[in-house]
Amino acid sequence: MPLIMFLVFIAITLVITYWAARRSSGASAYFAAGRRIKGWQNGIAVAGDYMSAASFLGIAGIIAFQGYDGFLYSVGWLVAYLTVLLVVAEPLRNAGKYTMADVLAYRLRPRPVRAMAALSTLTVSTFYMIAQMVGAGTLVALLLKGSGISYNWAVTIVGVLMVAYVVFGGMLATTWVQIVKAVLLIAGTILLSVLVLAHFDFSFNAFFTAITQVKDGDKVVNFLQPGLRYKPPYGALDLISLGLALIFGTAGLPHILVRFYTVPDARTARISVVWAMAIIGSFYIMTTFLGFGAATILGKGFISTHGGTNMSAPLLAQRLGGDIFFAFISSIAFATILAVVAGLTISASTSFAHDFYSNVIHHGQLASPQAEVRVARITAFVVGAVAITVAIVLGPTFNVAFLVALAFAVAASANLPVIVFSLFWKRFTTEGAVWGLATGLASSLALIAISPSIMGVDAPTVAAAARHLIQMKPVFPLENPGIVSIPLGFLGAYLGTMLSRVDADSEARFTELEVRAHTGLGSEKATAH
Amino acid sequence: MPVQPPGANTAPKPAPPSDWDRVAANQEFKDLMAAKARFIVPATLFFIVYYFTLPILVGYAPRFMSTPVAGVLNLAYLFALSQFFMAWTMAWLYMRAAARFDAMGKKILATLAVDKAAADKETAKEKERS
Repeated sequence: MPLIMFLVFIAITLVITYWAARRSSGASAYFAAGRRIKGWQNGIAVAGDYMSAASFLGIAGIIAFQGYDGFLYSVGWLVAYLTVLLVVAEPLRNAGKYTMADVLAYRLRPRPVRAMAALSTLTVSTFYMIAQMVGAGTLVALLLKGSGISYNWAVTIVGVLMVAYVVFGGMLATTWVQIVKAVLLIAGTILLSVLVLAHFDFSFNAFFTAITQVKDGDKVVNFLQPGLRYKPPYGALDLISLGLALIFGTAGLPHILVRFYTVPDARTARISVVWAMAIIGSFYIMTTFLGFGAATILGKGFISTHGGTNMSAPLLAQRLGGDIFFAFISSIAFATILAVVAGLTISASTSFAHDFYSNVIHHGQLASPQAEVRVARITAFVVGAVAITVAIVLGPTFNVAFLVALAFAVAASANLPVIVFSLFWKRFTTEGAVWGLATGLASSLALIAISPSIMGVDAPTVAAAARHLIQMKPVFPLENPGIVSIPLGFLGAYLGTMLSRVDADSEARFTELEVRAHTGLGSEKATAH
Repeated sequence: MPVQPPGANTAPKPAPPSDWDRVAANQEFKDLMAAKARFIVPATLFFIVYYFTLPILVGYAPRFMSTPVAGVLNLAYLFALSQFFMAWTMAWLYMRAAARFDAMGKKILATLAVDKAAADKETAKEKERS
């Protein structure tokens, strides 16, 4: 049954891709859907790009196992959009063309800043994508148990599909895949929430009372009480650090930022953020029902023996709505992963083609924009092949949770400081941008490498695949590096600027950037059919 | 758009540099930047403080945050829930303010078009005289 629904979704998305491939021609059409996406459409697509399997399956699982602390993720994931709305979206839309680096290159020396920004974009996208791919493989293998589709095949199918959307359909197809997925995800979440409430006879009181009395083994635990996940001595700091990475990282995620180039102007970009906030907020509020529903109706014990935390939402669907609903929710999870990896693939390949190939290697003097599109298509193939290979090599039991944390940390520590300084600080220089990107990137990677995600001493009984990569006590006590790496990213950008000479050219271009960012004068226009 | 000749909407050309300086020197543009700062700076500070109060309180005063305030609902959950409504309210307030910024921006671009037309006339006249 799930298999049929998977196939239906795949068929729909391939039709979209075919339609998009026939319509789109030219670089602006390929990279930015001709900048003709409507505000509400882009809002749904932003939500689709953002609500990954980590949020749908992961959050339901974390709340089901650790209660209230998991809900804090939900809060951060929405509030983060205020940074996007108030600070980044509109100036970015007016100043740039295809990538985040366009904003930096507008006033700084293009080659060094584009090279660094492309490196940071590829790092964020790759880590995020590997996390999704491994998750996809495990999930599809679990959901389609008995159909003979193994982990390796599942990973390969997901990889091939995402490359197909991006190579043939470009940004237009990717956008519509996001829209279809987001609508499905919201529909599924609403249905599941209603079923959870129906289980409690639509009594909020009964529901929340049950949450305060969750059976955990032979103990009764109040799941509304904080501290089940983040425990002393470092829990509080870790929680704040996580909050920093979410609030400042979202506005630096390349696959979210490129979405604002698909609309005709800054006003539409703003409208799309507000649409996205309405959808994303509604979704994350409903994680209350998904997560706590799984905790109260299924219980930890049952979920653990039936596939583990990530299966909380699908198992809940099975218990409340039977096999057909299980199939529906499972195929939504599949659609979710597929759409997110497609979004990541297009932002990674756009950055490589536009920033690195065209502007760093060819000094921005490429013979035709078609060459840029061709390179992007080839890059999408390479990205897909690498993602499939890495996901297969790591295998289904590899712990991927920290990769998502890492992606947000890099986005917050490397990308956001230089975007903000480029847009709002006249004195900012090329050296500042390069140093900011480098320190943010390096410190996030280094701190994760010495954190409890990678380092730890396991008991000899722990299975080989679940063991920490480095068998030593962690040097850095927090799972989330943001609280250290974000200030370091800002500091790197600040010191790099102050220690370099005043760049008169950058300051002159700043005036231009400011006018353009805030009035839209000279900004990229939508292309005609 | 005043910066582009009609029919040039397929391949946008950057506006000539004088346009940027003209707008930057315009008092209306300075007013727009000030108006934006007056809304965005306090709004950003407010939401950052409001948001981080949650993990700080939950992290350092979990006991206090576990106090039930409405039936079984504790302070921690209600404060977390309030964040959603804070974010939506802020977005709504910004939409309202931004409609004002849009109008100011439009006026600035209109002024630019008028100024440029006047300047063009000047040069044309000068040419005639010489």
